[in-house]
Amino acid sequence: MTPMFSHIPADQRPTLEIFVDGQSVQARRGDTVAAALLASGLDVRRDSAVSGVPRLPYCMMGVCFECLVTINGVGNRQGCLIPVEPGMQVEIQRGKRELGK
Amino acid sequence: MSRVHDVAVVGGGLLGAAIAWGLARLGQKVIVLDEGDVARRASRANFALVWVQGKGLGLPPYARWSVEASRQWPTLAEALREQTGLDVHYQRPGGFHICLSEAELDARRQLIEQMYAQGAPNDYGLEMVDRSELEKALPEIGPDVVGASYSPHDGHVNSLRTFRAFHAGLRDFGADYRASHDVDRIEPQPGGGFVLHTSGGRIEAAKVVLAAGNGNERLAPQVGLFAPMMPTRGQIIVTERVKPFLHYPLGTLRQTDEGTVMIGDSKEEILDDRETRVPVTTVMADRARRTFPLLNRLNVVRTWSGIRVMTRDGFPIYDQSASAPGAFVACCHSGVTLASMHALELAPRIRDGGLGGPPSSFSARRFADAPETLLNADAAV
Repeated sequence: MTPMFSHIPADQRPTLEIFVDGQSVQARRGDTVAAALLASGLDVRRDSAVSGVPRLPYCMMGVCFECLVTINGVGNRQGCLIPVEPGMQVEIQRGKRELGK
Repeated sequence: MSRVHDVAVVGGGLLGAAIAWGLARLGQKVIVLDEGDVARRASRANFALVWVQGKGLGLPPYARWSVEASRQWPTLAEALREQTGLDVHYQRPGGFHICLSEAELDARRQLIEQMYAQGAPNDYGLEMVDRSELEKALPEIGPDVVGASYSPHDGHVNSLRTFRAFHAGLRDFGADYRASHDVDRIEPQPGGGFVLHTSGGRIEAAKVVLAAGNGNERLAPQVGLFAPMMPTRGQIIVTERVKPFLHYPLGTLRQTDEGTVMIGDSKEEILDDRETRVPVTTVMADRARRTFPLLNRLNVVRTWSGIRVMTRDGFPIYDQSASAPGAFVACCHSGVTLASMHALELAPRIRDGGLGGPPSSFSARRFADAPETLLNADAAV
């Protein structure tokens, strides 16, 4: 299946590796975590903390909180506001944040 | 004089709504006279505990009344669910009061001894638990926690949904609810009954129940009643939602049915509920994270302050007037905890015209400056 989002061919930024639920993903330097997830081609839908329904990043500018994700062991981070870094461990959040995360 | 209403309840907060709901359930024609949206409403600011432990030191009937309230809560929750379909999430797993130092532990131990010394209710069950026992119930506690007291009667509820359920139930019973009807003056009528002058017009009723929180202080003397109040301000911190980790309510910290963590409970003399003060919330947050260090990582989503309804001595006041028959007053701090008693125990007595039985233990006659116009309810029964 063709991913809904992909990097444009003219994008010459260097790639870097992040991990999504342990799986290696090639992101571009300067991507936000949310952009990298959308371009990954993986199923990156989280479950809403309120109703459990699947959600994806939406506003991409820090307002809607639909991109909440666990980054390097810290839950409820706004993926659209955080640039990717090499080796970053991203976990898709299932429902509410956990107390220790 | 024709009167459409059997009872006018002054105040549509949790306390007034509980009494009005109880009366309407018994077939009484009830009108609820409420303030508008900007009212200082403890019903929207409270901490939502249904709490028994530690209450009633100095007035043993209050401890019994609170235990009974806890016992009656399942009946109330079920009745509200059946009528309105709203689940108020009442839970009674028992509750802990956490101690963060040996001095706090000693003070708590002393309080418990005093409670038993004055005559605790049957099956009171209040006891101290040491740290190792506490860890079994609360595995996430931090190293500063030295112990706790535990009561099997303690629990918590979704108080906002309870508030909504009472009002939905009132509507269902056909009660007349009037917002923006601030009561200015109450006139007892010569032939019995009352005329209430409100910002929304003139209302007549056979009986009147003052349930206006701290506002009772001003209204009570108009009908020969007495409600000396001493309100305080409390602040609350709320975190983002997290997966359930805390299965017992604590006196100052609980996880709601929706997953947020609520942190209380401060006390200030300031009565402005439009601001919160960081020096106070800082102490609250610090105690919370010493109790559960993992809370440190959570985001706070909101803080607020609210004004407690509090009588001068902290105990409830229930009275009926000797000079204006049919006038009642009810005020207490614990509108959530006591909602079951107000709906199921107090309302039938108001319908029947006399506050005998357990409520008669809470007359304002206990205050030295009480007027002569309070009916001796024991004698009336």
